[in-house]
Amino acid sequence: MAEEKLNIISEENVVYKKTKVLTDKPMHYCPGCGHSTLHRIIAEVIEEMGIQDKTIGIAPVGCAVFMYDYIDVDSQEAAHGRAPALATAIKRLMPDRYVFTYQGDGDLAAIGTAETIHVCNRGENITMFFVNNGIYGMTGGQMAPTTLTGMRTSTTPYGRDDSLMGHPIKITDLVAQLPGTYYVTRQAVHTPAYVRRTKKAVRKAFEYQMRGKGVSFVEVVSNCNSGWKMPPVQAVKWLDENMLPYYPLGDIKVPEE
Amino acid sequence: MDEDFVLMKGNEALAEAAIRAGVDGYFGYPITPQSEVMEYLTAARPWERTGMVVFQAESEVAAINMLYGGAGAGKRVMTSSSSPGISLMQEGISYIAGAELPVVIVNIVRGGPGLGTIQPAQSDYFQATKGGGHGDYHLLVLAPSSVQEMADFVELAFDLAFKYRNPVMILSDGAIGQMMEKVKFKPQKPRWRDDELPEWATTGKKPDRERNIITSLDLDPYRQERFNRHLQEKYRKMREEEVRFETFQTEDAEYLLVAYGTSARICQKAVQLAREEGIRAGLLRPITLYPFPEKEIAALAGRVKAMLSVEMSAGQMVEDVRLAVNGRVPVEHFGRFGGVVPSPEEIVEALKQKLIND
Amino acid sequence: MTEEIIIAGFGGQGVLSMGKILCYSGVMQGKEVSWMPSYGPEMRGGTANVTVIISDERISSPILNAFDSAIILNQQSMDKFEPKVKPGGVLLYDPNGITRHPERRDINIYRCNGAEEAARMGAIRSFNMIMLGAFLKIKPIVELENVLKGLKKSLPERYHHLIPQNEEAIHRGMEIVEEVYVMEKA
Repeated sequence: MAEEKLNIISEENVVYKKTKVLTDKPMHYCPGCGHSTLHRIIAEVIEEMGIQDKTIGIAPVGCAVFMYDYIDVDSQEAAHGRAPALATAIKRLMPDRYVFTYQGDGDLAAIGTAETIHVCNRGENITMFFVNNGIYGMTGGQMAPTTLTGMRTSTTPYGRDDSLMGHPIKITDLVAQLPGTYYVTRQAVHTPAYVRRTKKAVRKAFEYQMRGKGVSFVEVVSNCNSGWKMPPVQAVKWLDENMLPYYPLGDIKVPEE
Repeated sequence: MDEDFVLMKGNEALAEAAIRAGVDGYFGYPITPQSEVMEYLTAARPWERTGMVVFQAESEVAAINMLYGGAGAGKRVMTSSSSPGISLMQEGISYIAGAELPVVIVNIVRGGPGLGTIQPAQSDYFQATKGGGHGDYHLLVLAPSSVQEMADFVELAFDLAFKYRNPVMILSDGAIGQMMEKVKFKPQKPRWRDDELPEWATTGKKPDRERNIITSLDLDPYRQERFNRHLQEKYRKMREEEVRFETFQTEDAEYLLVAYGTSARICQKAVQLAREEGIRAGLLRPITLYPFPEKEIAALAGRVKAMLSVEMSAGQMVEDVRLAVNGRVPVEHFGRFGGVVPSPEEIVEALKQKLIND
Repeated sequence: MTEEIIIAGFGGQGVLSMGKILCYSGVMQGKEVSWMPSYGPEMRGGTANVTVIISDERISSPILNAFDSAIILNQQSMDKFEPKVKPGGVLLYDPNGITRHPERRDINIYRCNGAEEAARMGAIRSFNMIMLGAFLKIKPIVELENVLKGLKKSLPERYHHLIPQNEEAIHRGMEIVEEVYVMEKA
């Protein structure tokens, strides 16, 4: 019997294979989290473009801090919010390499706002990934700059009050205004259709870097089941009903070509 | 007369030396009294000479993190700033020490605390030598006392930074940054080629090796402790191999001045003045502030009657002198601070009052 | 030989560049030199001063509290630096705008009407070179030949056509400097 089972797991029966740019290390992400899906998409695109030996990834502080354990490229771990500064130097010192940053909403849109704005304004030739789940996941569900109005978090236990906390920031729309961004888009990864669209966006974002076009900025609106304190299915529903109306999906800045 | 010499400000000499040392990148932000460094570099157009990147960042915070990125890619990168800017960089410096990245940071110290003054001071000694940011780490600290040393220490700092995979600070001050002296430069060195970059650098994962990861994170406390032991071992080796200092008229000295940088220059004059009055004074000038020349000071403690630590601070290095002396002879401090520079006459007076009248 | 000099006046009078040219002249003569300016906002229109040391030996402190010579170009600097000239030292000043003339009798005092002379020559910017000429007449610490070499080295090439004018100014300064009080003659 055992031999028969082994025979089933054979090359001609493979219907799905993980990209070799993903390592075999089991991911620490919560079930249903968007990070793992986006990691896989990025890794697949790197493999498909054949740029693994020329790519340097910058991990953030946040849930994706261990991105370098999963995506098999040379990687640097930045201080909170500073990934764009690292990327600026690496790309300027090594213009023929592919440099991407990967940041969450607290990292990119709160503590790292200055770096985000200036790297986009300068039009550094890099690719930026921004995972927006409206909350600080790693530190335990505190309010993020992108937390929706009225949303309960561990530091807004009675709901975000805009008169006190300001409004949820649409940083992606903001960077789209800057002359240095070439391609700005907002995507999602919680349905197969969204995953396919996001992969196209990720591919474009790297291709524009290949062509020296400046910043390509891909936001991915995602769910944080643990931070939102919801089971995965409910979190995805909540994402559709609450996050997407405020953070509508689609291209925000498309190159005129 | 020697045609090879040029007359330059300390800040300018540092900048020219950086180009000639084959530095790959300079990332900075303007602040008095060190802005001449970036002004010189942008005027000199080193990107045409050597391909060196010169970049004005949006903040000191961004600049130090650019160093992290550049050094992580194996490149020789540096920044310069002055006290308030260096304070802003402390988080990044801690990460750089934690990720074991070789970078060179220049602090042209001005008086503090806060916005303080733009005049020269040595009040960042604690910050430079004891760590500065969070965690158990040290920078290797070089203290130039002339324009020539501002130039020479750039290459030395990079050599040490890469030897130990550790950040190196050149701790200078507004006086040395702004003063002009003769300086002689070494010939232009080429920048490192791609195939000369260190093997640990994130240059792009080749099929024949594992991916390189630059990080200061390890959540496992036991592994983190092991890593910290490794750092401490590195610092022990620095203390053994890298102590640099200079003595002036210590052979027959009864009273020893200990001073670095600008203070050491002034103390040299004070020693001359004291000797004209028949006081046998001498001077020890630490060139490395970390590692500190503790053995040499301890040895001199057996020969002199007393020591005076002269600093443009309210008394910081004096603590290290006292640790080295360990109570064997009196150690006093004399300082002017907040941007005030002591005169040689004041130092002689302090020597008489604090050491001899005791 | 060690000569410790303070040059002080208003920003814009050419104080720093006079010091720089003096230093370069020293370098051309094979001396050790240092040039230590006051810096910061006070450079911008306020008072400016520079400590120049020219020596046969390695220079210790670039920052001094007492000077062999003072070249003083405004009243604030007179108030500040007259007391800091070493006994037996030299104080050279431009009387233009000076309301309280130097009073010490343990130093040698000279006067050079440099601003007026520069205006007469139609070359106001040569003022500092007139004062430098006056100083070198009193204290010939560097040879004129090396001053001209120093000028050439310290001026950017695009200003080299001004060297003859500067040379003339140095000569004028040497001619018009006057003794006010000289100790050995008193």
